[in-house]
Amino acid sequence: MKVILRHPKREVVVEGPSSVRELLEHLSIVPESVLVIRGDELLTRSDRVDAEDTIELRPVISGGA
Amino acid sequence: MQRQVARTIHDYEMFGGEDRLLLGVSGGKDSLALWDILTELGYSVDGIYLHLGIGEYSSESLQLTERFAASRRLEMRIIDLPVDYGFSIPQAAAGQSRSACSVCGLSKRYLLNEAADGYDVLVTGHNLDDEAATLLGNVLTWNTEYLGRQAPVLPAVEGLVRKVKPLIRVAERETAAYAVLRGIEYEVEECPMVAGNTVNRLKERMNLLEEQSPGVKQQFLFGFFERGAEHFGAGTKPELGSCLSCGGPTTGAVCAFCRVRDRAIRLPEKGDA
Repeated sequence: MKVILRHPKREVVVEGPSSVRELLEHLSIVPESVLVIRGDELLTRSDRVDAEDTIELRPVISGGA
Repeated sequence: MQRQVARTIHDYEMFGGEDRLLLGVSGGKDSLALWDILTELGYSVDGIYLHLGIGEYSSESLQLTERFAASRRLEMRIIDLPVDYGFSIPQAAAGQSRSACSVCGLSKRYLLNEAADGYDVLVTGHNLDDEAATLLGNVLTWNTEYLGRQAPVLPAVEGLVRKVKPLIRVAERETAAYAVLRGIEYEVEECPMVAGNTVNRLKERMNLLEEQSPGVKQQFLFGFFERGAEHFGAGTKPELGSCLSCGGPTTGAVCAFCRVRDRAIRLPEKGDA
C-alpha cells in the first residue's frame, strides 16, 4: 500500500494487508501522535488496511501561522 | 466535542452570549475547529489572522483561513507584520538571543492584545496538549513566574484584554479528528521555523506517556490547576507599567515586542554599514 507521511510530505510503499496497529508498529510511529486517514475516512487501530489502499498518516501536531 | 467545549465555557465562566469575542486564527486545526464549534454553538465570533511573514507557509495558512471564513461568512481581519510593523518573524528571529518560537510567541501575544481593543474577550485555540506541554516545560525549568500565569482564563487587567482557552480540555488529536470529520481544510505542515521547538518535543514525550497511561495529560494539567497553581501566585495581578515606546503594558521600561521590533528593523542597516 501507499503510505503518505508528513513533516515533510513524502510517500513510502509498505506491503499489506495488515491492521492499522501493525502498520504503525512497522513504521515505528506512536499511534497517539497521528490520525490514520483513508480517503475521507478516519481509521482506528483495529481497522484493516489493504495492499491497494492509499493511507495518510497525518501528525496531530501541526501548524498554522 | 461541541458539548465538551460548551461545558468548559460554562464551568470557567469564560464568556456569555452578549460578549464581543475575537478569536486568534492561524489556519491550523485548533483555531479553525474552535471557530466552527463556537459558531455552531451560536456565538458570534470575529477572527483575527496575524501574517507573520514566514514565506509560503504564512501565505498558505492565510489562504486556508480566508477560505474557511468565506465559506461560513465570518468576519475576519488581517494584521500583516511585515507591512504594518516593518519586519517579519524570520527577520526578528535572526537578530535575537531568544528562539524563533519565543520571538513569535511574544509578538503574537502583543498583536492579539492590540487587535482585541474594543472586544470583551480574546479567545485562543490552545488545547490540552499545548497547555500540558507548556506546564511540563515550566516545571522542568521551575519557571515559577510562568507557572503562576498559566490558567484557562486570564482576567482583564489594565491594558490587557481578558483571554480564554475553550479547548483546554480537548486533546490535540481530538481537534485534528474533528477538523477532518467536519471537512475543514487546515495547515497540515509544521512551521518551517519550528525545528527543535521545546513544546513540540515535550508533546511527543507526553504522547508516549499517554500511550502507556491514558488520561495522564489531563491529570497533570488539571491537577495543577486544582492543587498546584495557587502555590505559584495564580490569580495575583501583575504589576504593569506603560512601555516608553508604544505605551502598551509591560513590566519593564520598554516592552519585549518593541525591543524585538527595534532590533529587527535596525539589523539590515548594520549589515549595509
